[in-house]
Amino acid sequence: MTKEISTVDTTKNAKKTPEKEQPWRELGLKEDEYDRIKLILGRRPTSAELAMYSVMWSEHCSYKSSKIYLRQFGEKVTPEMTKNLMVGMGENAGVVDIGEGWAVTFKVESHNHPSYIEPFQGAATGVGGIVRDILTMGARPIAVMDQLRFGAVNNPDTARVVNGVVSGISFYGNCLGLPNIGGETVFDKVYQGNPLVNALSVGALRHEDLKLAKASNPGDLVILFGARTGADGIGGVSVLASETFDADGPSRRPAVQVGDPFAEKVLIECCLELYAAQVVAGIQDLGGAGLSCATSELASNGQAGMRVQLQNVLLRDDSLTPEEILMSESQERMMAIVPKKDLKAFTAIVEKHEVEFSVLGEVIREPRLYINWGKEEIVNVPPRSVAHDGPVYERPVAYPVWIDALNENSVINAKLKRSTGAGELAEQLIRIVSSPNQASKSWITDQYDHYVGGNTALAMPDDSGMVRVSEETGLGVAIATDANGRYCQLDPYNGAKLALAESYRNVASSGAVPAAVTNCLNFGSPENPEVMWQFKQATAGLADGCLELGIPVTGGNVSFYNQTGDVAIHPTPVVGVLGVIDDVARRIPSGWQDAGNNIYLLGITRDELDGSVWSEVIHDHLGGKPPVVDLSAEKALAELLQGASLQGLLASTHDLSEGGLAQTLVESTLRFGMGARVWLNEICERDQIDLTAALFSESTARVIVSVGREDDVKFVGLCEARGIPVLRIGVTDASGQLEIQDLATWKIEELRNSHGATIPELFG
Amino acid sequence: MKIGVVTFPGTLDDRDAQRAVRLAGGEPVALWHADTNLHSVDAVILPGGFSFGDYLRCGAIAAQAPVMESIIDAANGGLPVLGICNGFQVLVESHLLPGGLIRNEHQHFICRDQKLIVENVDTAWTNGFKLGQEITIPLKNGEGGYIADDETLKRLEGDGLIAFRYSEVNPNGSVNNIAGLRNERGNVVGLMPHPEHAVEPGFGPDTPLAMRSGVDGLTFFTSVLNQVVNS
Repeated sequence: MTKEISTVDTTKNAKKTPEKEQPWRELGLKEDEYDRIKLILGRRPTSAELAMYSVMWSEHCSYKSSKIYLRQFGEKVTPEMTKNLMVGMGENAGVVDIGEGWAVTFKVESHNHPSYIEPFQGAATGVGGIVRDILTMGARPIAVMDQLRFGAVNNPDTARVVNGVVSGISFYGNCLGLPNIGGETVFDKVYQGNPLVNALSVGALRHEDLKLAKASNPGDLVILFGARTGADGIGGVSVLASETFDADGPSRRPAVQVGDPFAEKVLIECCLELYAAQVVAGIQDLGGAGLSCATSELASNGQAGMRVQLQNVLLRDDSLTPEEILMSESQERMMAIVPKKDLKAFTAIVEKHEVEFSVLGEVIREPRLYINWGKEEIVNVPPRSVAHDGPVYERPVAYPVWIDALNENSVINAKLKRSTGAGELAEQLIRIVSSPNQASKSWITDQYDHYVGGNTALAMPDDSGMVRVSEETGLGVAIATDANGRYCQLDPYNGAKLALAESYRNVASSGAVPAAVTNCLNFGSPENPEVMWQFKQATAGLADGCLELGIPVTGGNVSFYNQTGDVAIHPTPVVGVLGVIDDVARRIPSGWQDAGNNIYLLGITRDELDGSVWSEVIHDHLGGKPPVVDLSAEKALAELLQGASLQGLLASTHDLSEGGLAQTLVESTLRFGMGARVWLNEICERDQIDLTAALFSESTARVIVSVGREDDVKFVGLCEARGIPVLRIGVTDASGQLEIQDLATWKIEELRNSHGATIPELFG
Repeated sequence: MKIGVVTFPGTLDDRDAQRAVRLAGGEPVALWHADTNLHSVDAVILPGGFSFGDYLRCGAIAAQAPVMESIIDAANGGLPVLGICNGFQVLVESHLLPGGLIRNEHQHFICRDQKLIVENVDTAWTNGFKLGQEITIPLKNGEGGYIADDETLKRLEGDGLIAFRYSEVNPNGSVNNIAGLRNERGNVVGLMPHPEHAVEPGFGPDTPLAMRSGVDGLTFFTSVLNQVVNS
């Protein structure tokens, strides 16, 4: 902080000294943005107002570059799609009616930049932040998942980030008592200086418990409770999220927040008790932009105003200036709007939990936010101008100059060598399933508690995570997330659709009915027109895809500036799909459970190896076009799985994606250690493909299922009636081995070692 | 039959323990850390979690909570008490059981389906098992490495006070593969793994027969209910 803004600068003073130099540039504002603030206020802002506008108008908080594209998620919808949506985009998290009086809320958010600087705390507070968003909706958080992207495994810095991030998630999530039910981990050199740490949380609530972040009744009290306010994360939002890492830049460490999961766990129980007692009229968590955000958003959402005495904020560090208090991102804090008559009941509950609180002020009718520091007025602004009417940019967009050449460089045009010999193909299969991205991630997921709560019906390594919501009926939800940055680099429009298609397929594979979508859009700098083109394409692809599948986007998050120097990450739109299952007892695992079941491949395999794991692991190649997306085929497949699952015909279902059939066969074998004999010749004949494509093609809309012999006729009949291509490709057995006929036979233990040893060897 | 389940700030598995009591046929009663009243319960469970954030030492602050004064007195008078994971740490910090629990040998938190051998069935919480029975229940901890001085270990081994030992894999470096202990009287049992996560088909560990169908943990709760009925 510079000297000028650390002295108390009042609104009176601001009027008197219009020409005073202010550090708007250092705070990340552009000149026209600063001029606009002056226009809104009719004077120069005070230093406190400048601090507020600068954080709230940062890319991270205002979505100023992405807003015009995010609108389509609300526009490309049908009434049928939104009929179960209780709260849509724009709130802390979307809320979906799942029936029986229950609703769920879920969202995924990024914590990328902090996690590179300080991996442990960055990842930990990422979990803490998303859980508070869920809590804010009135829900009990019931599970978490993480979507992680790290640099190349052989770069010496990767182990630092991996160990820090995994320990941070483990530390925070385990201590909160939330089961971690799945997620993703991908390694690619494009994420070397920009690891992606996305965190998803889901919560459940009864319809009547829904809470909104608004302050609308004049006279209600504005109460800050939870942890005390300290110097953590000051300027984190605007400084960290708006600047690209520069090798020569100053150390940013002091800007990263520090988390205390114990405080958050206490806060969760405290809030749930406050909700049950109905003493809270509005609630908002304090995350990015801290008090600046909470006060202005609550007032703006409620179309009211607020009078706040900033000296009432309980501090950890008495030397904090008013500006720093407004910007602090100290974790584990909440702001409640409490009717005066309920203050006593409110106090009794927070005191029971030994949570500190202070009354900062009250809600007023006039839509104006007044903040005093003692007797001095330091903020006097229209809350909407801070929270919702920030700048909106239509950034220049340019078709990337390099993309045609990249698309031209397909697997076929690059003449990548295909093996025909059985020995060589078998060796490729082992190389693929033991490659860092395809290897078992249990070294990571075993560090997370997936039992707590007693409601986990599926967790990794199954295709999606599933938790029970109602103990009475077994009603539950399944969640899967996906993003393939390589596909998106080749074609961001279809890449985003492919991420949606895979998450959707994963949820359907578990027996649940896909119902809603969340996303976390990780991209490079929006000031680069080519990145903006990627963003435009990806958002259009996702919105179009959701419309085709008939499931709405309920919320999400954008993370820009994921680049080091001029080099952006691959576009990585993480797409999460939530599904509903009427009884989690019906869930379907991803592995074979019983001997003597038939294995069927559903869907058609095309020669689609561009962007595939095979092209990466065997040939270190990226080029061509990603697999064709056929969302009507995905939908038909999901409906078939739904029908078959309702009739109890499926012993297992596993989707085919990265690594193709080969990967899926190995994972299905290893899930419960059940062996199988599989043949590929009929796939090759029917689909006119070679063995490389049969094993490693990543064609979409495919799953393998295992079906008990007694259900065979029924199942095949169901597929044929619905026009789903079905082919029997093998039989499960108790041989203790996986045999792919005419190719190779592996002992299960041998596969387990190949698949399981890679990650512990690299990071353990 | 009323079984108290204590909630400290930071306790996580209290609702799971209550469910386990219900599934076993008992009536769970929530006990609050700041309240010394045990509400005439017939037994008490100290569930898992991170009481008081594991600050200072795991279980150390919880051991000083008002409710523990009553529980220590009642345990010394014969009330059945089960400490699970963090609850085991609280029992050790309360000197109801000897030794200590330290950071896992490999330094990581670990969550796995753990095989145990039941070493003693003469307790309130294990009387429904067979001696030497192998059971599988989830284990999840960061600080589960059991330690004790040589003299204590000799006494534990000599007096048959080891209730459970890890089988196949020692997940945290515990001495003598110790997973759980009993006191001399047999009313107090503490262990690191979580029986309350293996009580309901569909939500427990995998078994050779079916996914997530393991319910070996249920016997802890039926054992105590049987004992209370019979006494």
